[in-house]
Amino acid sequence: MKKRLWFIAPLLTAALLLAACGGGGAGGGSESGGQGGGKKQVTVGLALSTLNNPYFVTLRDGAQKAADAAGVKLIVADAGNDLSKQTSQIEDFITQKVDVIVVNPVDSDGIVPAVQKANDAHIPVIAVDRGVNGGKVATTIASDNVEAGKMAAEALFKALGGSGKVAELEGVPGASATRDRGKGFDQAVQANSGIQVVAKQTANFDRSQGLSVMENILQANPDLNGVFAENDEMALGALQAIKNAGKAVKVVGIDGTDDALKAIKAGDMVATVAQQPEWMGKTAVEDAVKLAQGGSIDQAFTAAPLTLIDASNVDQYLK
Amino acid sequence: MKRLHWVDYGLVIGFLALAGALTAASPVFLTWSNLMNVARQVSINGLLAAGETFVVLSAGIDISVGSTMALAGAVVAGVGLAHGFALGGLAALLVGTAVGLANGLFVVRFRVPAFIATLAMLGIARGATLIYTQGRPISGLPESFLFIGNGWLGPVPFPVVLMLATYAAAHVTLRYTAFGRYVYAVGGNARAARYAGIHTEKVLYAVYAIAGFLAAVGGIVLTSRLASADPQAGVGIELDAIAAVVLGGASLFGGEGSVLRTLLGALILGVLNNGMNLLNVSPFYQEVIKGAVILFAVVVGNWRPRSQGQFKTGG
Repeated sequence: MKKRLWFIAPLLTAALLLAACGGGGAGGGSESGGQGGGKKQVTVGLALSTLNNPYFVTLRDGAQKAADAAGVKLIVADAGNDLSKQTSQIEDFITQKVDVIVVNPVDSDGIVPAVQKANDAHIPVIAVDRGVNGGKVATTIASDNVEAGKMAAEALFKALGGSGKVAELEGVPGASATRDRGKGFDQAVQANSGIQVVAKQTANFDRSQGLSVMENILQANPDLNGVFAENDEMALGALQAIKNAGKAVKVVGIDGTDDALKAIKAGDMVATVAQQPEWMGKTAVEDAVKLAQGGSIDQAFTAAPLTLIDASNVDQYLK
Repeated sequence: MKRLHWVDYGLVIGFLALAGALTAASPVFLTWSNLMNVARQVSINGLLAAGETFVVLSAGIDISVGSTMALAGAVVAGVGLAHGFALGGLAALLVGTAVGLANGLFVVRFRVPAFIATLAMLGIARGATLIYTQGRPISGLPESFLFIGNGWLGPVPFPVVLMLATYAAAHVTLRYTAFGRYVYAVGGNARAARYAGIHTEKVLYAVYAIAGFLAAVGGIVLTSRLASADPQAGVGIELDAIAAVVLGGASLFGGEGSVLRTLLGALILGVLNNGMNLLNVSPFYQEVIKGAVILFAVVVGNWRPRSQGQFKTGG
C-alpha cells in the first residue's frame, strides 16, 4: 500500500508541473500578444457555484459551445457551493494567467476579495447568473429575479381569477434569489387585493422538501387555492403532495426546467418563468473573448431574457 | 417486557410534551391525516437512521448515507426504466450494499477512521450519482412504481409500513440474535470482543453493509415519492440521520443505544418540522429552534445518575 502511494506521488507532481507550465505558457502569450488579438490561444476560466444542479450544467454547456465555436480554451471549476473553494479556484485561475475569468459566485459578497485579486492581476472578470457586490466587474449577465417572481406570481393570480388563498414556497433563507423572487411575489400580491397569503415557508429550493413542506401546509390549509414556488424543483415537489392529497391547487414555479415543462404540458402545473442559463453561459464566453481580444463591453448589466411558459406556448420549449 | 431505561422515559416524555404543545397550538396537528403525513415524512430519514444506529453502536459513523441514498435512487430509476423496476430495485439494493461494504473495507482492512472513510465515500457516491445521471433528474417513472413512496396499506402509508417493519427487524436482530450482541460488544470494547472470540471484522463489514442497504431502501422510497431521481437528493440528510440516532440517546463512542430510541428521535425531528410548518413559523427561526431542541435533548441525555450502570448488550 505504502509503496504504491510513493509511486503515485512523483507522478502527481509531474502532472501538476506540466499543468502549471501549460498555463504559464498561455499566460505569457497573453502578455505579449494581448493587443494583437486573434492569433494566440485565449483561455477563459469559468468558476461555477455548483454543477450539482441541472441549471448550472446547462449554463456550462452553453459556455462550452461558445468556447468551441470561438476556438478558445475553457477551464471549468466547480465550487460545490463552497465559497472558500471558489476563492481558491479563482486564485488558481490567476496563477494560471487565464485571459478572462467568468464567475458565477457562490456568494455575491463573499467573492469580492477574490475578484479584487483578479483586478490586481489585470485579469478582467465577468459575473454570470449572480452579481458581485464589489471589486471591478466588466459586465454582469443575469436575469432579473424580482421580475421573474412578479411574472410567475401574476400568472398564478390570473389563473386563480384574481382571488384565493395562496402559499409561498421560499428558497434557501437569505439567498439573493430567495429575497428577489420573494420581493417580486410581494409586489404582485400588493397589486391584487383578492389574494390572501396564508403560508410562507422555506423548502430550500429542494424537491423533496417541497413535497413534505407542501404536505404540512395542506394539513393546515385544506382550502388552499394556489402555490407560488420560488423554483421549479419545489413546485414539482408541491405538485406531488397536491396529487397525493387529491386536491386541485394551482402551482407556478420559476426556472423552466425540463420536468416543469413536462408538468405544464400534462396540465398539472400552470406556468413557469424560464431563465436561459444556456444563453447566459454562451453570452458570458462571447463577451470574454471580446475582452481577451482587446475589445470592451459597454453595458454594466446584461439582462438575460425571461419567458413566461404556460400551456399556450409550452410546445415550442419542450425538447 | 424489557426493562425500561431512564433514557426511554425522558425521550417519551419529551416527545409527548412536544406533541401536546403542538396539539394545543394547532387544531390540525392531532388528526389522523396529519399524523400519517408526519409518519410518511419521517420514513426516509427513519430508514437511514436505522442503518446509522448499527454503525454508531459499533463505535463507527457513516456520513455517506445521503450520497448512497441518492446513488441508489438514481440506479432504481435508470435501471428500472431500461429493464423493469424489479431489476432496478435489486440493482439499487446491490449498489447500496456494495457502497456499505466498500466503507467496511476501508475501515476494517485499511484502518481508515470511519469518519474519514465515509467522508470520502460521501464525495465518491455523490460524484457517481452525478456521472450516472449526467447531473439531471431522471423522471417519467411509471405509476406502478410510485406505490412504494405514495401508496397506502389500509389507513397507513406504505413507506411507513416499510419503516416500521425495518425497525421491528432491526430491534429483533439487535436484541435477540448473537450478531446483535456482537455489534454491542464490538462497539463497547473491540479488543475485549476480539479476545472473546468474536470476528470483529465480520461484524464491522456487516454494520456498514446494513447502513448502505437501508440507505438504498431509503433511496428507492424517495425516488418513488418524488416520481423522479434527483442527483441533488439527500444532500445533508446524513446529519438528520445522525441527529435522530443522537437524539435517541445513543453514544457516539459505541456500545450504547437502541434502535427503538432512534425511531423516537426521528419522530421528534419529524414532528418538529411538521409543527413549524403548521404554525407557519418564519424560516429564519426554524433552524434555531431545531438546533436548540437537539442541544437540549443531548444535554438532558448526557446527564445520568453515575451509580446506574449502562447496559452494554442488547439483552
